[in-house]
Amino acid sequence: MGFEGIGASVRRKEDQRFLNGKGNYTDDINRPGQTFASIKRSDRPHAKILSIDTTAAKAAPGVLAVFTGADLDAEEIGGLPCGWQIHNKDGSPMAEPKHPVLAVGKVRHVGDPIAVVIAETRQQAKDAAELLVIELEDLPAVAGVRDAIAPNAAAVHDDAPGNICYDWHIGDKAMVDAAFATAHKIVRLDLLNNRLIPNAMEPRAAVGEFDVNSGDYTLYTTSQNPHVIRLLMGAFVLHIPENKLRVVAPDVGGGFGSKIYHYAEEAIVTWASAKVRRPIKWTAERTESFMSDAHGRDHDSTAEMAVDAEGHFLAMRVHTLCNMGAYLSTFAPCVPTYLYATLLAGVYKTPAIYCEVKAVFTNTVPVDAYRGAGRPEATFLVERLVDAVAKDTGIDKIELRRKNFIPSDAFPYQTPVALQYDSGDYTATLNEALKVADYTGFETRRKAAASRGKLRGIGISTYLEACGIAPSAVVGSLGARAGLYEVANIRVHPTGSVTVFTGTHSHGQGHETTLAQLVCEQLGVPMSQVEVVHGDTAKIPFGMGTYGSRSLAVGGTAMVKAMDKIIAKGKKIAAHLMEAAVEDIEFKDNVFSVAGTDKTKTLTDISLAAYVPHNYPIEELEPGLDETAFYDPKNFTFPGGCHIAEVEIDPETGVTTVINFTAVDDVGRVINPMIVEGQIQGGVAQGIGQALLEAAIYDSSGQLLSGSMMDYTMPRADNLPNISVGTEITLCTHNPLGVKGCGEVGAIGSPPAIINALVDALKEYGVRHINMPATPQKLWSIIQAGRPAMAAE
Amino acid sequence: MYDFTYQKPGSVADAVKALTADDEAKALAGGMTFIPVLKQRLAKPTAVVDLAKLGLTGITVSGASVTIAAMTTHAAVAASADVRKAIPALADLASWIGDNQVRNRGTIGGSLANNDPSACYPAAALALGATIRTDRREIKADDYFQGMFTTALEPGELITSVTFPVPEKAAYEKFRNPASRYAMVGVFVAKTAAGVRVAITGAGQGGVFRHADMEKALSANFSADAVNGVTTPEDGLNSDIHASAPYRAHLIGVMTRRAVAKAG
Repeated sequence: MGFEGIGASVRRKEDQRFLNGKGNYTDDINRPGQTFASIKRSDRPHAKILSIDTTAAKAAPGVLAVFTGADLDAEEIGGLPCGWQIHNKDGSPMAEPKHPVLAVGKVRHVGDPIAVVIAETRQQAKDAAELLVIELEDLPAVAGVRDAIAPNAAAVHDDAPGNICYDWHIGDKAMVDAAFATAHKIVRLDLLNNRLIPNAMEPRAAVGEFDVNSGDYTLYTTSQNPHVIRLLMGAFVLHIPENKLRVVAPDVGGGFGSKIYHYAEEAIVTWASAKVRRPIKWTAERTESFMSDAHGRDHDSTAEMAVDAEGHFLAMRVHTLCNMGAYLSTFAPCVPTYLYATLLAGVYKTPAIYCEVKAVFTNTVPVDAYRGAGRPEATFLVERLVDAVAKDTGIDKIELRRKNFIPSDAFPYQTPVALQYDSGDYTATLNEALKVADYTGFETRRKAAASRGKLRGIGISTYLEACGIAPSAVVGSLGARAGLYEVANIRVHPTGSVTVFTGTHSHGQGHETTLAQLVCEQLGVPMSQVEVVHGDTAKIPFGMGTYGSRSLAVGGTAMVKAMDKIIAKGKKIAAHLMEAAVEDIEFKDNVFSVAGTDKTKTLTDISLAAYVPHNYPIEELEPGLDETAFYDPKNFTFPGGCHIAEVEIDPETGVTTVINFTAVDDVGRVINPMIVEGQIQGGVAQGIGQALLEAAIYDSSGQLLSGSMMDYTMPRADNLPNISVGTEITLCTHNPLGVKGCGEVGAIGSPPAIINALVDALKEYGVRHINMPATPQKLWSIIQAGRPAMAAE
Repeated sequence: MYDFTYQKPGSVADAVKALTADDEAKALAGGMTFIPVLKQRLAKPTAVVDLAKLGLTGITVSGASVTIAAMTTHAAVAASADVRKAIPALADLASWIGDNQVRNRGTIGGSLANNDPSACYPAAALALGATIRTDRREIKADDYFQGMFTTALEPGELITSVTFPVPEKAAYEKFRNPASRYAMVGVFVAKTAAGVRVAITGAGQGGVFRHADMEKALSANFSADAVNGVTTPEDGLNSDIHASAPYRAHLIGVMTRRAVAKAG
């Protein structure tokens, strides 16, 4: 056994089963007597449901039952709840229209579920679903935010006037306006943040099972947070007490946020399994995923920066319209507010910031958090705006950044938009990235590319994000309807091996390895004797799951605190066994020793004594070595860094090649460098996907045009360069591990680096901004339009 | 997919018989288009007639032509040293159809029978003036392609092989749809004793077509510069979220120049 503790690139334990095709995913789970559900979905963006005739479907071969929204209504099944309440500028609560499990009265987006057919086989369920006779009367629909807020726009909900969910703001408007009034220069940029479809490799799936004898329900589901699903579905939708509902999220093949939320299908299979008294499986087909998984991003913003004559940022003003889709998904309201507008300071000491956000309902799939969640939108806006300031003031883009950075000695740093950053060194990550990317050699490479007829550009993004979600009291005051602590149970077995029961959930991140390394480090137990259990509410304590790069910062800290308790108790046992004072017991590398003596006991000696308490301080101490700790963080964590992209455009076709990409990130202390590198590589791949390729496109009537892999451009290996990943860390000051988080930084920092590079490449064409994705067609059009400017040069 | 009966005949005659006897029966070659169509319930055939056991694989090169049996996979064509020697452009075209999985299943006969407007092989067949041999006759490529997903094949008629005359020079260039990786604009140029032929796939609303102006310019002077200034009318070109008709028209010019340069 080599070194396996903090800092070791231990190979991922879970890959043995994943790479051998032996993972146990939800669709792999088959229960005795299992039946299958097929969901009939709306193919219309907006329509009144006139009638649903289920007669033929119910009579079809193998059909056990057909249910519609009316059946759920009859049993007073609740709507899908929203977990975050935003308040309007005037203090009134946001509009929160009901989100029925199955549509009632109207359908509001393509993909809105109308009915479910339960049958003996998947094919029979699909056959019968085709026999449903559903009479719809089309209503006018709106897809884009600007159309939705236009006067006389079609109303998505009767109880959301003007299609406004909320009209919210943050920051000191008067101070910002005053700064703008006297500014040397005001730089303005209008930008869109493109709507994305997450497309985890594993489509969503759910198996519901009801035990007639016990009255217990079990839901197996593709979730990032089984306890959250149990709470939301049990308490608000199906009214099943926690003790009667078990939620299992087994191996999950990617989430990226899209598997945080409580979805209709989970409630349907659970509820219906008691009706048909048989287990029911539903597995999304990819086409269903496109029209029913929560989408991401979709902002339309205006950003302005006021600067002085030297290029110091004086104030920033932002107006954003964000698309919520047809209903509020579980955490949708917090994404464009507290995960977005609070990030607008970025890494800069801009003294005043004001941001207004209008959230808008449309006849599209609900939008919620997607890898980065709000921070990529903020980062794109800030880093594009900074480049625009550089362009308009003529100040070098790097010098402008250095001039405005929050200095490394200014922490803790209070921003004008609520957050207090604990640590960081933005100059260090910038300098390292410039070195790795050979920034000074760029001009030579640009000229070489030009001689080959290619337009080469370099783009920089110096970004920051807030993760490690989150202090419960803080998020509660901001509208969260949940606590965001985390929990760990550390069970030391009689012979000294350890099982960790964590409230976090791994869906690709490698927790079974990283979390085990924490045990190796703190208790000195080898990896081979540590097991990490997650994803089953019947096994793990009530934890909040994995999103917002929180598992290590919050869940890992809970583990550290539980292990502290193990060590503290172990010392008492050791003191008894070695007849010494507790204060004299030291613990290191799996061994308890009496200070100043050669007396020692291993953790195994202690655990055996704890479970076989023959010689044991039984009057003062309970047997066993099993401790639980809950941890609620004091603050968010603030990873940051510098991403540099170098691109080449073929002016004849508009095709971009990303030549190389450099990411130097401050993710806090690194537990497993290989896993961190993998996380950043994956995040950057998604960021490049957003910047160059991906777009969920609706036509103006609300039909999804990019509804399959034939039209939605996922990034492929040949779209991606070699990504150089480096870290240049500062430690988080408020958790014992000093960790910040690495799951989302790649997707947050990279899109503006790519677009900044493209704008740089096209600077002679009079280009000021390019909205994402920068497809070949778009760049070709820009080049065509810019040829006169080019000729005038 | 919907239920159907599955048949795997052992001779071309039996396959034709099965397909002719039942209007709703469909032939299965490599299945790279047909299987997804079935899975999405976009087709409801009564029977699927699998052509895998008809003995229709193999490549024959004579001095003046290359003949490829209908069920030969793209991978086999791409890997054939004989094809690469006789008509390197054809092997090159086959080498970047779809991905590895598609190339190992997809067949030349299936591609030509389907005549997807974004498929690659129709461009090669039309530009090289191929002859499509069926169970009952020979069809010239110029007569074979009759609009998107439409061919001269009669109901139940099966392609057995395709013969490509060896050109003096030829090359294929394609601009792939960023999402599907099908040809958004694919251009096959062939210089033959009878003149230059240029076939465009992926761009036209009616499927593959010959580009008379490009052919004229290149017949006079087979060089990349010769097509500078030769334009393509936007009428009749596809327009979608990935490429407008003007962009496709532009790409036809770029891809033609690149194909000519590649042909050498």
